[in-house]
Amino acid sequence: MTTKLFGEPVRRREDARLITGKGRYLDDIGAQALAAAFVRSPHAHARITDIDVEGALDVEGLVAIYTYEDLTGPMAEPLPVLIPHPQLHAPRTGYPLANGEVNHVGEPVVMVVATDRYIAEDAAERIVVSYEELPVVVGVDAARDAAAAVHEEIPDNVAARHHQETGDVEAALAGSPRTLSFTQYIERSACMPLEGKGVHARWDPADASLRVYSSTQASTSVRAAIAAKLELSLEDVEVIAPDVGGGFGVKIVHPWPEELLVPMAAIRLGHEVKWAEDRREHFIGSAHERQQRQEITVGFDDEGRITALDVHAWHDNGAYTPYGIIVPIVTATQLVGPYAIPVYRVVVESVYTNTVIVTPYRGAGRPQGCFAMERTMDRIADVLGLDRAEVRRRNLIQADQFPYDHHLTFQDGRPVIYDSGDYPGLLAKLEALVDWPGIEERRAEAASRGKLLGAGMALYVEGTGPGPYEGGHVQVLGSGKVLVSTGLTSQGQGHETSFAQIVASELGVPIEDVEVTTGDTRRFPYAVGTFASRAAVMSGNAIALAARGVREKALRIAAEVLEADPDDLEIADSVVGVKGTPGATIPLRTVAVLSNPLRYAFDEAAKQATQFARAGSDDKPPVAEGDAPGLEHRDYYSPIRSTFASGAHAAVVEIDPTTWEIDVVSYAVVHDCGNVVNPMIVEGQVHGGVAQGVAGALYERMAYDADGQLQNASFMDFLMPYASEVPDVVIDHQQTPSPLNPLGIKGAGEAGVIPGTAAIASAIEDATGRRIASMPISPTELYDVMRSPNAELTAAAGRRTGVGA
Amino acid sequence: MKPAPFRYADPGSLDEALDVLVAEGEGAKVLAGGQSLIPLLSMRLAAPATLVDINRVPGLDAVEATGDGVRVGALVRHRQLLEDDAAARVQPLLARATANVAHPAIRNRGTTVGSIAHADPSGEMTSVLALTDGSVTVASPGGRSTVGWRDLFVGPLETSIHGPAVVVDAFFPALPPRSGTAFAEIARRKGDYAVCGAGVVVTLSDDRTVERVTASYISVGLVPEVHDLTEAVHGQTVEQADWAAAGALARTLVDPDGDLHASADYRRLLVGVLTERTLADAAVEALERTAA
Amino acid sequence: MTSVDTERSITVTVNGVPREATVPVRRLLSDALRHDLGLTGTHVGCEHGVCGACTVLVDGSPVRSCLVFAVQVDGASVTTVEGLAHDDHQGGQVLHPVQEAFRECHALQCGFCTPGFLVTIAAGLEARDRTAEITEEEVDEIVGGNLCRCTGYANIKKAVRHAAATMKDAG
Repeated sequence: MTTKLFGEPVRRREDARLITGKGRYLDDIGAQALAAAFVRSPHAHARITDIDVEGALDVEGLVAIYTYEDLTGPMAEPLPVLIPHPQLHAPRTGYPLANGEVNHVGEPVVMVVATDRYIAEDAAERIVVSYEELPVVVGVDAARDAAAAVHEEIPDNVAARHHQETGDVEAALAGSPRTLSFTQYIERSACMPLEGKGVHARWDPADASLRVYSSTQASTSVRAAIAAKLELSLEDVEVIAPDVGGGFGVKIVHPWPEELLVPMAAIRLGHEVKWAEDRREHFIGSAHERQQRQEITVGFDDEGRITALDVHAWHDNGAYTPYGIIVPIVTATQLVGPYAIPVYRVVVESVYTNTVIVTPYRGAGRPQGCFAMERTMDRIADVLGLDRAEVRRRNLIQADQFPYDHHLTFQDGRPVIYDSGDYPGLLAKLEALVDWPGIEERRAEAASRGKLLGAGMALYVEGTGPGPYEGGHVQVLGSGKVLVSTGLTSQGQGHETSFAQIVASELGVPIEDVEVTTGDTRRFPYAVGTFASRAAVMSGNAIALAARGVREKALRIAAEVLEADPDDLEIADSVVGVKGTPGATIPLRTVAVLSNPLRYAFDEAAKQATQFARAGSDDKPPVAEGDAPGLEHRDYYSPIRSTFASGAHAAVVEIDPTTWEIDVVSYAVVHDCGNVVNPMIVEGQVHGGVAQGVAGALYERMAYDADGQLQNASFMDFLMPYASEVPDVVIDHQQTPSPLNPLGIKGAGEAGVIPGTAAIASAIEDATGRRIASMPISPTELYDVMRSPNAELTAAAGRRTGVGA
Repeated sequence: MKPAPFRYADPGSLDEALDVLVAEGEGAKVLAGGQSLIPLLSMRLAAPATLVDINRVPGLDAVEATGDGVRVGALVRHRQLLEDDAAARVQPLLARATANVAHPAIRNRGTTVGSIAHADPSGEMTSVLALTDGSVTVASPGGRSTVGWRDLFVGPLETSIHGPAVVVDAFFPALPPRSGTAFAEIARRKGDYAVCGAGVVVTLSDDRTVERVTASYISVGLVPEVHDLTEAVHGQTVEQADWAAAGALARTLVDPDGDLHASADYRRLLVGVLTERTLADAAVEALERTAA
Repeated sequence: MTSVDTERSITVTVNGVPREATVPVRRLLSDALRHDLGLTGTHVGCEHGVCGACTVLVDGSPVRSCLVFAVQVDGASVTTVEGLAHDDHQGGQVLHPVQEAFRECHALQCGFCTPGFLVTIAAGLEARDRTAEITEEEVDEIVGGNLCRCTGYANIKKAVRHAAATMKDAG
């Protein structure tokens, strides 16, 4: 049957417009809009003593200038703490425009609106803001030392102390045959979508309604935030995410100051206003992630089985905490990965620094957790002289232990209970894929070419598809077209295709007839957003349920017409028919027409549904009690808890011992995201994730100096990889369906990025025999490690001859 | 990131260009390929009052390769030089270095002379001008003058050319007889400015032993410099020359700075490694050219 | 005497059609295409010449349209992503082989960098001897100067090979 498309590598439906230049991204909208630009703080921490706009006033084309003084009502209050948490004891957020103090370079201070962006920048350049500089805190260690405070009333710089434990870790460590402790660091990177953020707002004064386009991952919540902050009725605000040029997490944060200020200006000026973030603004005015200091103590036995794990981490949350402590929680709870940890305690202190805010970037705390756990495994293997794969194998949760309860509380407030998986299966596949036993041979071969070769591996488990819910709406029109909508947004994941595949399969219609709309509050006003690898799980299942509702109704109506039992009917190629009875059919489009009793015939098809054409009992109303006109259904999927995807990566690196350049020569991925809607799209997600993983391990970082100035706020110096830096990836698959949702799927969006840093650190350590305790690492840093008298040699290096000595 | 306002002229001749430069005064700047200048304008790190675009000036787009050397006009794009076989025969360093300039789309627009006039110590062609002992021709209202590379480069992004003037060409002397060259870079990403780069020339004597070795480095020091490494390998045969000793000598001669991508020490390390690697290649080429 | 201006009227042949616009002299070509001529297929990703999203063909060669002023292409010919396909004279369009290949090989996700890749690859494939098998070095050179944050490049490289094969078969 042509319509069973679930699981097929269907080519993407969104591509037709995107490869011809017909995509509609934020800055493609509103050719007549006024342009906004911002005066942003040049200081990391300062008091604003004066704002002098005089010099800007004679710039021809200037329309308006706004400072904090111009904000009223809720706009003059701090931005919301989006995800409150009892352990976030000292949350802080900024204001849409700085209120007397700035806490990072890039914080918006003044908004300028002009006839175009060039002129807006001219005016912004002429505005003079006077500052009194304050002491600056940069980096987790400085925040921890608390010699200075980011927020005066929080002298220890601690926003939250997130703490979970599953037993008496002190006792378990004391009773462990062996223990080891170490400290390691992971540095900042950022999502860095190629399209920055952007907002376009248009106010209709006659209708008193506002339409906002935002390059966002959460249009419904942006809508709610705008309505609340601008004191509008929710019904008068619509928010649409157009084509979005990548998100990776940064566009889930909201409301960004600009998302409120641009609509505010559009209302006040009675003219459409647009702001398209430029690259420099994106570096200093959006969000970063990943910096943590991790202190780890592990107890284990002589076979390498972990008896207890104690982790104390410090997480740099930047200047404010609008997204709560989601990233620390994710690190804390996902750290345990695929392993059975008898007793676990984790404390993550989330600390303020005078830097850009830290909010989820693809992986969202998981790469850090994976780095902690997997490097712990490597250390245990090293101490015991065991193979690193073997130590992992001995600690894995077994396939018969599901559901597996870690007795932790996840980012959605629900228990961390793994629903399904086969971790020994993953590891076995990985060892085969990368030829783990053959690494020594490769090492020798590389040595003969003067290269140091090393391999590393890392496993992960990723909680995906967190609630609370998503919804889907499916409607069959009299033309046969099937309209599908869901509230969450798309940033390149191919939702128009995979959701259409689900509907085509569920409903028995050709995919060509299915049209999917996402992220448009006019079409679907209830949604949460696109993050945490949740779109396929959440909206996919909601849409499947909605399609099933439509199918049920279609069969009910068709059964009446065909005088058959609904259970005897099937839908294939948009035709409802009686199973095994050729000729007893009715097109689905006709069912759609009949589902809506009409008085007026506006076209040929509609005639069939008009009051004198339609058969029906005189004893029943045309629309039965409890029924509704139209062949449509709206449904929601709200999971009991997250579903847990998993995977294993291995990296093989070759290092040139003369220049210390690091080349990833092999990269292997085994992944398991349950049932797969579209394997082509899932594989694309893996490729993209791995590229970001390698980037985070070897190329990207946010280089702040001690004054809080970002030293590499451009694509020249922030080393996002070109094709030349990304290794070829080999992929193997495993499918353990989720028992938690109707489609049996798990999320796939973030997985690729998670183990990169851990696996590559391990590989470099294996190649050089030097302990790698800080990532990312560049050749110049590796050179420093190699010649440092304090560099720690691994035990493995001592056991090998001629390597790394 | 939009440029500040400026005035713009695109004169149709060199004389007109100079006239406009004179008329517009100190705030005027010449625009050729613009691949380094325009990002600075967009970031508002530079804001000249007037841009004098020389792209419509005729006669500046030729590569002339003669026995003496290669003269590269001010409007010759990197790509054009890269693909000029005659130029590569006369002075092989030109194509070798140009191949390392950024990515093709930049090479299609950026000019070799412009990158020299930009005087970026991370630029390939500044270094090659030095290594080949080249010069530029500067046209000013008073006439033309030749400025040797030593007099040209004053500091990072700073040349000795002031006032109304247009650099109309650069001249790279031919590779001397019995000589070979090599060029290599190490960059964090392919196409980036080099963390360190090296261009070398090895000249052999009649008896095919090493007579002279010079090297110039990229992203090392504030202005291009040429280092004479001859003493490390003088009189040695190509097969047995101690290139590592030349590399070691080079390390003692350079004075690199550290930045985000490389410490000074790491750059010094790379100077040695790249010197050793490139000299070996250059010597082989010198031997081939000596045999020919 | 040479005129010194702050605004210019220019004529540019864009995708085969002469277009006129009056632009401030500081208007970047990328902005002129997008905002003055309404060709929003060309995207702006960094405005400092590194990402390649804004790449267009000027007189047939790929250049960064954020590193050229609109006034500089007065009289020139510009091809944008909107001009890669050609009419099939039946009211439809025939896609360039590289456009087809991008769809077939899933070489795009969010699609923002895609126009820059497409015009760069199209020019690169058209400039080479299409009867020869494409080498990995050629593929790397063609895609090497554009940034993509979504795909990890594997499928973009695959699409280049696919398009080259299509063009080889077409002769």
